[in-house]
Amino acid sequence: MSAGTEITYREAVRQAICDAIARDGRVFLMGEDVGRYGGCYAVSKGLLDEYGPERIRDTPLSESAFVGAGIGAAIAGMRPIVEVMTVNFSLLALDQIVNNAATLRHMSGGQVGVPLVIRMATGAGRQLAAQHSHSFEGWYAGVPGIKVLAPATIEDARGMLWTALEDPDPVILFEHVMLYNASGILPADAGPVPIDKAAVRREGGDVTIVAYGGTLAKALAAAEDLAGDGVSAEVIDLRTLRPLDDSTILASVAKTRRAVIADEGWRTGSLAAEISARIMEGAFWNLDAPVARVCSAEVPIPYPRHLEEAALPQPAAIAAAARAALGRP
Amino acid sequence: MSGEFRMPSLGADMAAGKLVEWLKRPGDAVRRGDVVAVVETQKGAIEVEIFTSGTLERLLVAPGTTVPVGTPLALVREEGAPAEPAPRPPAAGKVSPAARRLATRAGIDLSALAGSGPGGAVVAADVEMAVALREKPAPAAARPGLDFDAMRQAIAAAMARSKREIPHYYLASDIDFGPARAWLSAVNRDRPPERRLLASALLVKAGALALRKFPDMNGFFSEGAFRPSAAIHAGFAVAIRGGGLIAPAIHDADGMGIDALMDALRDLVARVRAGTVRSSELADPTVTVTSLGERGADSAFPIIYPPQVAIVGFGRESLRPWVSGNVVAPCPVVTATLGADHRVSDGHRGGLLLAEIAQLLQHPETL
Repeated sequence: MSAGTEITYREAVRQAICDAIARDGRVFLMGEDVGRYGGCYAVSKGLLDEYGPERIRDTPLSESAFVGAGIGAAIAGMRPIVEVMTVNFSLLALDQIVNNAATLRHMSGGQVGVPLVIRMATGAGRQLAAQHSHSFEGWYAGVPGIKVLAPATIEDARGMLWTALEDPDPVILFEHVMLYNASGILPADAGPVPIDKAAVRREGGDVTIVAYGGTLAKALAAAEDLAGDGVSAEVIDLRTLRPLDDSTILASVAKTRRAVIADEGWRTGSLAAEISARIMEGAFWNLDAPVARVCSAEVPIPYPRHLEEAALPQPAAIAAAARAALGRP
Repeated sequence: MSGEFRMPSLGADMAAGKLVEWLKRPGDAVRRGDVVAVVETQKGAIEVEIFTSGTLERLLVAPGTTVPVGTPLALVREEGAPAEPAPRPPAAGKVSPAARRLATRAGIDLSALAGSGPGGAVVAADVEMAVALREKPAPAAARPGLDFDAMRQAIAAAMARSKREIPHYYLASDIDFGPARAWLSAVNRDRPPERRLLASALLVKAGALALRKFPDMNGFFSEGAFRPSAAIHAGFAVAIRGGGLIAPAIHDADGMGIDALMDALRDLVARVRAGTVRSSELADPTVTVTSLGERGADSAFPIIYPPQVAIVGFGRESLRPWVSGNVVAPCPVVTATLGADHRVSDGHRGGLLLAEIAQLLQHPETL
């Protein structure tokens, strides 16, 4: 095993951007405040000085305009990384993403591809209130024509960007806001990682907990808690939200016969709902209990800390859902 | 009040065991000391006893499953406790899709099953249990044989730990076995071979009795402290054909009559060889006695079985020149040795223990 270095998720994303800029002259980063300010989550701090305004470009405060510009640049042969501050703001660019980026290859009969990567922050937990805290990645995961990634580990934060840039079609990377300060060991030989496979982050035999992004750490905490009761939980990190890696999920559920899905989106029409339906379609005869979902409360994410915490999926609720699936009070 | 019957710890190095067979069924009455299950360990198949009396209410682990030490294996309703409400038939409750499919394949009648899943639903594990219980209990001969590699690993782990952690001191004394030999010959003269007393019975008895005065050599050292044991359960080392050994307990050996002790030894050796040792026999020894017997060497320098703190060894009985008064005469002699834990006792005490054993063996009729 090669030794690694302990770095933060933020630093891993920064290293991924620097690596991409160094590897490929067509790659550049653009978005609101990514240059002089260094990015609203400080991911690109110092990069303007290092790479100059051609590669690190501040944009006007118009999501529709700069995402559209990114699409144009990608069509014209560049490999843009467009940063959108939060998924809430990305709704202003929804037309560009869904009606243009996702459709052009199809509508041009394969003549025009959009090799664009959009990075955006998602999720709650920093008391940024309802307009900056939602989790809409599940919505994007329903759109054909794009790929949707949710790196939840240091290694994925470091390794997914380059693989995404190599993809001939648009890819959206969701970075959960609570992960930026998380730290972990990045192996010395870390590099690009595949973006079409879920990962089993903890093996277990009694219940499968499906999580991604901001809920992975919570699912692992719940699994640890359950282990204290002799319940062996398997934790799956989806990593890629579109296309979903059905086979990893179904294989796990076939083994454990029980599934709990931890998703920070709202329950109705959530990614958790989609996964639940797929388990029903693909593993119904293996089930010992109804599939359970632990999602955010269906309210605008509140500002006060205690209400924000109450609105989000928490380890205790995930563990409780797992116990209920096992018939343990 | 329901109690849990758990996977027992059958030795310092046992982390998990495989439940091989249930010898009781749900609804059966059980009494403290009954053998209710067979568990496969590195030391072979062990008959596991229960320590509560009552009714076996529900089995939680299906045969063939390996679970960590301490895992509940079954629920036991203790004597006098009210019966739990009868399990709801699935008509009133639910059957999971997985259970339904398994039951169809295995031909299990779902209406007879109690559910352990959410809301009392019958789940796959309930059907698997029913399938496992439907199969006829394996006859003793069909039980898994000894895995010599696994046993070797268990011995290696225990002995390496002992030599790593326990500062042994060793003492040896030659014992005049003349009176004991004469007494044994006299007693055995009129007995059929299967009723004859062997020297081992006297040696175990003398060792156990002597330990009454030496509580610092009878008990367990764990987590930095010694806990003496009021009871003296002598682990008797039995060599296994094919290799390996185990030293199950002869419970309260110090208080046993010599004939009872001999019966216990015979029974133990037979059961070790048949692979039907009981859990309490493996878990309980407070000290170990090893007797090399006729074909052994003159003396043993044995290694303590942790967390015990002493082991008494007896070498082969042999005729040796023995000085008594001013006369040298041939005399049956047995060399007794002691390996003891210097964290708990010192050589002075150990010497006194060996002297006490020698003294007791001069009066075999009192043993």
